[in-house]
Amino acid sequence: MSLKFFAHFLFIFQVYISVFLLIIHLQFHFFEIAFLFYFFAGAKPMAAIFQGVGAAATLSSSPSNSFDSNNSVFSPLTSFSVRRGASFAVVRSDGILNLNPKGRRAQQLISNAVATKADSAASSSSSKPGHELLLFEALQEGLEEEMDRDPRVCVMGEDVGHYGGSYKVTKGLAEKFGDLRVLDTPIAENSFTGMGIGAAMTGLRPVVEGMNMGFLLLAFNQISNNCGMLHYTSGGQFTIPIVIRGPGGVGRQLGAEHSQRLESYFQSIPGIQMVACSTPYNAKGLMKAAIRSENPVILFEHVLLYNLKERIPDEDYICNLEEAEMVRPGEHVTILTYSRMRYHVMQAAKTLVNKGYDPEVIDIRSLKPFDLYTIGNSVKKTHRVLIVEECMRTGGIGASLTAAITENFNDYLDAPIMCLSSQDVPTPYAGTLEEVTVVQPAQIVTAVEQLCQ
Amino acid sequence: MALSYLRSSSSRSANLLKPLSSGLSLRSPISTDTTPITVETSVPFTSHRCDAPSRSVETNPKELLTFFRDMALMRRMEIAADSLYKAKLIRGFCHLYDGQEAFAVGMEAAITKKDCIITAYRDHCTFMGRGGTLLEVFAELMGRQAGCSKGKGGSMHFYKKDSNFYGGHGIVGAQVPLGCGLAFAQKYSKDETVTFAMYGDGAANQGQLFEALNISALWDLPAILVCENNHYGMGTAEWRAAKSPAYYKRGDYVPGLKVDGMDALAVKQACKFAKEHALKSGPIILEMDTYRYHGHSMSDPGSTYRTRDEISGVRQERDPIERIRKLILSHDLASEKELKDIEKEVRKEVDDAITRAKESPMPEPSKLFTNVYAKGLGVESFGADRKEVRATLP
Repeated sequence: MSLKFFAHFLFIFQVYISVFLLIIHLQFHFFEIAFLFYFFAGAKPMAAIFQGVGAAATLSSSPSNSFDSNNSVFSPLTSFSVRRGASFAVVRSDGILNLNPKGRRAQQLISNAVATKADSAASSSSSKPGHELLLFEALQEGLEEEMDRDPRVCVMGEDVGHYGGSYKVTKGLAEKFGDLRVLDTPIAENSFTGMGIGAAMTGLRPVVEGMNMGFLLLAFNQISNNCGMLHYTSGGQFTIPIVIRGPGGVGRQLGAEHSQRLESYFQSIPGIQMVACSTPYNAKGLMKAAIRSENPVILFEHVLLYNLKERIPDEDYICNLEEAEMVRPGEHVTILTYSRMRYHVMQAAKTLVNKGYDPEVIDIRSLKPFDLYTIGNSVKKTHRVLIVEECMRTGGIGASLTAAITENFNDYLDAPIMCLSSQDVPTPYAGTLEEVTVVQPAQIVTAVEQLCQ
Repeated sequence: MALSYLRSSSSRSANLLKPLSSGLSLRSPISTDTTPITVETSVPFTSHRCDAPSRSVETNPKELLTFFRDMALMRRMEIAADSLYKAKLIRGFCHLYDGQEAFAVGMEAAITKKDCIITAYRDHCTFMGRGGTLLEVFAELMGRQAGCSKGKGGSMHFYKKDSNFYGGHGIVGAQVPLGCGLAFAQKYSKDETVTFAMYGDGAANQGQLFEALNISALWDLPAILVCENNHYGMGTAEWRAAKSPAYYKRGDYVPGLKVDGMDALAVKQACKFAKEHALKSGPIILEMDTYRYHGHSMSDPGSTYRTRDEISGVRQERDPIERIRKLILSHDLASEKELKDIEKEVRKEVDDAITRAKESPMPEPSKLFTNVYAKGLGVESFGADRKEVRATLP
C-alpha cells in the first residue's frame, strides 16, 4: 500500500516539476513531458493526463473514461485524474466535437496539472464524486432505474428472475418487481423473442436477454422480419420499442458456439439500431437510452467486460445511441474500435505513445448506424484509419465501416484503411489458439507503424 | 353431408305465406331486427380436455343478415382480387380466403374490437372483419398510397392498429409467438381482453408454436390459438405433413376444441366459449375445419393436389354463404330477391372501390425511406447508384 502512496506523491511531485518546466519553455513539447511522466510514474497516469486533457478540451462531447480497470492498484489514481471534469454533462450530442489544436491543449494541460482534484474547467465543480461499480452492476442500475421510471418496462430471458441472471445483470430485480415484470422463460429463444416483439407492438417495453448472443441466432427470423421490419411494412402503425441485449464476443476458452459475434450478422437488418457498450459509464447510459428509444435496439455486451470497475456519476444520465466516444484524441492516426478491443487498443496506445506516435482512439459504440460525423472529423484530421474489431474479417462491422469511410472520406485518406479483425475461423478451445484468433495489442502496434510510414 | 340438418324453432308453415308477405313487404328492412333465434350447429363440437359448448347458438335476424352481407362482400372482394391479379395489377403473392369467410365473420360476432387478432398471410378478409375498408384493401394490394400500409406492405402485410388487428405476416408460424406476446401484454395491462392467434394446418408443425404455447400455458396468458385447417399446407395434404392431424389435440396439456369452420354460428359459439375460457384458465386451441376454393396462392391452380370434384363438392354442400342464405330463407328473414339485391349491391361496392383504388397514386420515391426508424435519426441512406441519390431518414 505504501508503494501506492509513494506513487501518488511522486505523481503530484513530477506534475509540479512539469509545470515549472512548461513555464520556462515557451514552446510546448509534448513528448518531453511524456518522457518525464513515463520515466517517473509509469505510462498509466500519463495516459490519464492525456485523456484528462482531451476530455477537458472536448467539454460538450462524450467523456473519456476508459482505463484498464484490471489494474486496480492504480484505480485511486484514476479517480485522481482530471478526465472526470467533463463527465457529468448529460451526453446528448449536439454534433459539436471540439478537436482542439495543440496550443489550446497545452493551456489546458497547465491548468489541469495544477488542479489536485476534479475541479477543472466547466461543469465538474457542482458534481459529486459519484460511486464506483462493476459493469454488470452499472447495467443493473440502468435497468432498475428505467423499470422504476416506466411501468411498461419488463425483462424476459432465461434465468433472469429467480436465478438473478447468468451474469448477474438482473440480480435482485425479480424480488423487487415481481414475476410479471421479470420473467423467467423456458429455453425457447425464437418464441420468447417473438413474444417480446408482440408485446412491444402493443406499447410495452420489453428487454429481452439472450443468455449468450449466439443463442439469438435461433430468433433471427423474429429479429429480422418482425422486429426490424414491422414499423415499415405496417406503414408506421406499429413501433417496436424493444431492447435485445446479451453478452457476446470471444471469452476465455468458451468454445466456438459460445464465442460468436452477432453484430456482423445483424448489421444488415433494416430498422434496428445496434450499440456496443464497453465501460460501466456507457453501459448504463446506453442501456437507459436503449430502453427509452422508440426503435428496436440491440445492445451488445461482452463476456469479458462484466467485471470492469469504474466510478460513474450519481445523477441520471444517458448516452446518445448514435454517437461515438472519443477515448483519446490524437494527431497521427485514427483507431476505430468497439467493445473489448477498446482495451487492447488502449494497451497498444501506451506502447505507441512511447514510440512517438499519437493515435486518436474512438470507440464507435454505435454499430448501426455509424457515427460518421465523429469518425469523419477524425479522418479529416489524421488522414489515416485503422479499424480494430473482434468480428470476423469477412462481412464484419469493420468491413462495412471500411466501405462507409472510403465512400465518404476517400479524399481525406493518405493511406488505405487498415482493418484488423478476428480470423475467419470458429473460435478454438485451446487457449493459445484462441489468443491468435483475436487481435492482440502487438498487432495493433505493428499496424500503426506500418500505416504511419 | 346432408343439407337438411337445420332444425329451427320457428314454424315451417310460413312457406305458404311467403308470396303474400313478400308482396306486402311486411318484413322490416335488413339490419334492425334483434329478436333472438336459436339455431343448432350442423356438426357437434369435439373437445379435448374441456367440456364442449352447447350446440344451440343464439342469434338474431340482424346478425344473420350482417353475416350474409359481410361474407358476400368478402367473397366478392376475393374474386375481384383474383381478376386484378390476372390483369397484373396485383403482383407478387396473393393468398385468397374464399371459402373460409365464415371464420372471419363468426369470430368478429363473438368478440370486441379491443380483443387482438393476429394472422398469417391470408389476411384480406380478417382485415375487413376488423373494420378495414375495401379501398384500403385494394389500394394496398395494388401498392398505392391509399393502402392500409401506405403501399409498402402488400398482400401479406395488412395491419389496423386502431382496431387491434396485428397483421399480416409472411413467415409461416412466426405470428404465433407474436400473438402470445400480445396476450402477455393484455395480461400485463389487466385488460380483460384476449388474443386470437391464427395459423394454418401447415404452420401447425412449426416448433415456435409449441414453444409459445408452453410459455402461454405456464404464464396463464389469454391466448387463443386458432388453427384454420383447410386440409392443405400449400400443396401438401394434412395427412402427408402431420403424423397427428388432430390439431386441436396437439396442445396436449392445453384444452382444444374442433369446430365446423364453414358454419359461422358454430364459429361464433366456439369463439365466445374460447374467450371465456382464456380469461379464466389460460390458453386454448381451436381447430376450424374449413376449406379454401382457390389454390394456396394465385400461382397455384389448386387442382394438382386435389380433384375438382372435391372442390365443387365442398362448394355445394358446405359453402358458408349458402348455409346462411338457407337459414335466412327458412326463417323468413328476407326474400331471395332481397338477398340477390344485397349481392348486387356488394358487387357494385367492390367495383367502386377498385375504381377509386386505381385512381390512388403510387407512393412517392421519397417515401422509400420513411418509417424505417421510429423517429428521425438524420441518418443518410443511399440510393441504388450509391453516388448521387441520397436521402436523410426522416
